[in-house]
Amino acid sequence: MFDRRFVTYFDWGLLGLTFLIGLFGLVTLYSAVTSATPTPQKALYFKQIVWYCIGMTGMVLSFLINYKSLYRWSPAIYAVCILLLIYVLMMGKYVGGARRWLILGPVSIQPSELVKIAVVISLARYYSKFADTRGFSLRELLTPFLLTAIPFILIVKQPDLGTAMVVVLIAGFITIFVKIERRSLLYIIISCTITGPLVWFLLKGYQKERILTFINPDRDPLGAGYHIIQSKIAIGSGMIFGKGFLKGTQNALSFLPEQHTDFIFSVLAEEWGFVGSVVILFLFLTLIIWGLNIAYRCRDPFGTILAVGITAMMFWQVFINVGMAMGLMPIVGVTLPFISYGGSSIISIMICVGLLMSISMRRFLIE
Amino acid sequence: MGKYLKTADTDWYKQRLTRVMLCVSGAFFILLLRLFYLQVIEGQELRRLSENNCIRLQSTDAFRGMIFDRNGILLVDNRPAFDLSIILKDAKPVDRTIEKLAKLIDVPVSDLMKKIGNNKGFSSYKPILLKQDIGRDCLAAVEVRKFDLPGIVLNVKPRRHYIKTQSAAHLIGYLSEINSDELKSGKYPECKGGDFIGKFGVEKVFERLLKGGRGGRQVEVNVMGQVVKVLKTVDALPGQNIYLTIDYILQKKAEALLEGAAGAVVAMDPETGDILVMASSPSFDQNAFVDGMSHKQWESLISNSLRPMENKAIQGEYPPASTFKIVTAIAGLEEGVIDENTTVTCPGYYKYGNRIYRCWRHGGHGSVNIFKALAESCDVFFYQVGQKVGIDRLAFYAKACGLGSATGINLDDEAAGLIPSAAWKKRRTGIAWQGGETLSVAIGQGYNLSTPLQMLVLSSALANGGTKYKPLILKSVKTVDGNIVIHGKKQVIGRLPASEKTLAIVKKGLREVVNSPKGTARIAHIKGIDISGKTGTAQVVGRHNEPNLSEKDMPDQYKPHAWFVAYAPSVDPQIAIAVFVEHGGHGSSAAAPIAREIIRTYLEKDEYSRQLKAESIKNLGASPRLPLQARPPAEQGEAAWGTSGQAQLE
Repeated sequence: MFDRRFVTYFDWGLLGLTFLIGLFGLVTLYSAVTSATPTPQKALYFKQIVWYCIGMTGMVLSFLINYKSLYRWSPAIYAVCILLLIYVLMMGKYVGGARRWLILGPVSIQPSELVKIAVVISLARYYSKFADTRGFSLRELLTPFLLTAIPFILIVKQPDLGTAMVVVLIAGFITIFVKIERRSLLYIIISCTITGPLVWFLLKGYQKERILTFINPDRDPLGAGYHIIQSKIAIGSGMIFGKGFLKGTQNALSFLPEQHTDFIFSVLAEEWGFVGSVVILFLFLTLIIWGLNIAYRCRDPFGTILAVGITAMMFWQVFINVGMAMGLMPIVGVTLPFISYGGSSIISIMICVGLLMSISMRRFLIE
Repeated sequence: MGKYLKTADTDWYKQRLTRVMLCVSGAFFILLLRLFYLQVIEGQELRRLSENNCIRLQSTDAFRGMIFDRNGILLVDNRPAFDLSIILKDAKPVDRTIEKLAKLIDVPVSDLMKKIGNNKGFSSYKPILLKQDIGRDCLAAVEVRKFDLPGIVLNVKPRRHYIKTQSAAHLIGYLSEINSDELKSGKYPECKGGDFIGKFGVEKVFERLLKGGRGGRQVEVNVMGQVVKVLKTVDALPGQNIYLTIDYILQKKAEALLEGAAGAVVAMDPETGDILVMASSPSFDQNAFVDGMSHKQWESLISNSLRPMENKAIQGEYPPASTFKIVTAIAGLEEGVIDENTTVTCPGYYKYGNRIYRCWRHGGHGSVNIFKALAESCDVFFYQVGQKVGIDRLAFYAKACGLGSATGINLDDEAAGLIPSAAWKKRRTGIAWQGGETLSVAIGQGYNLSTPLQMLVLSSALANGGTKYKPLILKSVKTVDGNIVIHGKKQVIGRLPASEKTLAIVKKGLREVVNSPKGTARIAHIKGIDISGKTGTAQVVGRHNEPNLSEKDMPDQYKPHAWFVAYAPSVDPQIAIAVFVEHGGHGSSAAAPIAREIIRTYLEKDEYSRQLKAESIKNLGASPRLPLQARPPAEQGEAAWGTSGQAQLE
């Protein structure tokens, strides 16, 4: 089973890129958790290293598995993830008004992070089976719609609007990639403009408030509006070269909310300035292009679409998180891959990297 | 179909992937532009803002709704409390400032330093609380020397104030600091540590109405921590004012009468179900909960054998004793076991099986009909009625009269009481029901348990001709502007299981309890007011074990509980009442006079209006203070003092 070509074809570049971003992440997190007052949370930093170790194991396991076997396993993976979501909704730990956490002994994980991968795999299976150059018609899109809608509804119920939104955006990204039939696309656009206002009524009060606050932060000067302003001050005050490592004052004084998870980009931008922020954005862009290039070189439709889906997930997380910190996006709890603190986030992103590696190094195995 | 279409091949995917890469790069370019705008173009300005950390949030606590009685007498309001804090960053040199301050407020330097020490590691921009609720003298002293005390901050906060200390404490309840379990429960999403929430009584049940919404300000401060500019203000939303159904004049009277005893008085308007009085004795000081109670104070409250924290009116479960004879009478009349002409001879005891059941009057009542039986509370008469009706029918009537289940009053932890039946006993103890037990139940002893509130609902229903109303405590809810948002509505919960004829017979009997020369409650007779009622004396130790002591010599814990349920006037009643005194002795001597005095206070209209007028004048003196946010915002000079963002109160 072991093939020497695995070593030859192993994607060292992707591994290097991952390490580079991961290192950047750990350094930034160190700053975010140590200078934070009132209580420095150094323990979180060491926990994050543990998460990385677990994530690394996940990565190795994922690239050892032939991604093609996922084609077969995808219904099972999907079903397990959905069951976990349902379980969490009913029995999950209640933190800050939401049920998102599944307790497994000493650790708690968020199944919603794993669901993202499950949705990508299931969509890749479906699309690779039926794709043609004409694109998918409305009727053919029913299955992908259900595959996305079920986890979406379950995650919205937790409630975790950010993650739910990311699931839909990933699914949208993949679907547009495999092409939608022109007329169907028109139907979709028309029906979306009609149902949009309906969805508005289904949103919870605080969710509506967040969207309205996004459009006009002045609506909530003591909450979201204040967070956006503080985040913008943090980022802007970094200026060109930044304030230097551990010298960020916005971070140090807890003016930033959730500085080690959702707003970690602000910490980074404050301390490393425009130069550092451009470097990290460049690294992320390189990672995403790298992923798309793996899709480009893969000669198997399932692998191609899978790689696109995984890359789409990375793209949306980075784009939404950074955009949010800079006041371009509503404040939704979406983590910045590799950098934000969080076990589920790190493990799932490392699994994603492992899957990309698996696709990359098996490109010679066609037929 | 689709045969002529190309299946998606590698080239097709490659073509699409190229486009995807372009789109992704475009998206990143947008991020880059935004980054450039924030860090390079706006960088200078944002750096300036960050250097002073000059944008801060100050929260404003909402003004909690006030609580009034039915006549608008203010029972609970908020008073301004001044908290003294220090902002370390601005207080340089800290030592000297603390020394000066310590002298002014007469607190040892070491205490203050300890408080600061406890908060080490906290942001030097955040105020550290040194002393809560400082007195007027301290306030003046600090105020005068404020320029000598850099970094010392005075915040004014509204603090709950229970004006009529200890009065209706169980009904109104109290506020106290939210604990970590409550914070985690998710029931108080808007609260943060240190907030006060209603923990008991009306304060808890109507928390949502009373609370209002927190407000705050976004301000720009200078290097000294002084507010330079108010950027945004969100007004705190004052809570709504609650008007209770209770009548403070009667409440006060009831509490005075219960003074020194353990027990409860509840009274109701029989036509609406409005609770006019809900007194439980002993009471407790609600302000102690707000001001913070020492562990010792709390211990002594909890360990007090008279249970001051229990609302005996709704939580106390006691044998209803002879007051239960009302139910037995209804059952007997309705079941046709007796009618108004039935007579029974009472020799002072009743023989059932091989046991002797005694009447409370050893010499016996002689020939007794239903009227005399009620008026003189003849046990032998009701033994026989109970025996003929049987335990299960008796239980049916008791339940239909509202006993054995909670009345549904809008307060937490109402007790249900207990009405036994044969099936209940079998289930509970596994032993079959004994015929003799029915006799005990018929006179309200045995397993029977009732709360004073249940007995009140029963006497109130008798008074109004048979309708049971849900006890109401909320008269209305008004906004700060005086608009009524909620109006307490009377709610029928059922009817007594009695025909008009039965009611007329029972009511005639109850009238004689007070008005017949031999009635057990003749002591409650007042000239000019026609009262009906029923006494009850609940034995604590079995009658046969009773040592041959006269009641006066008995130790308190062996004294029976005293009951009196009543309504007045007998025709077109305006008030129904239930009085219960734990170990008070006889219902006639301990409970009936209390009811009499409350009825007198309520129905002697001249005296009542005189008292109401006096209270209202007092009320003006304690007129509700304006909600804090109704005042003009702090001036610039003042603002340095109010980091919690409230205008100063006089």
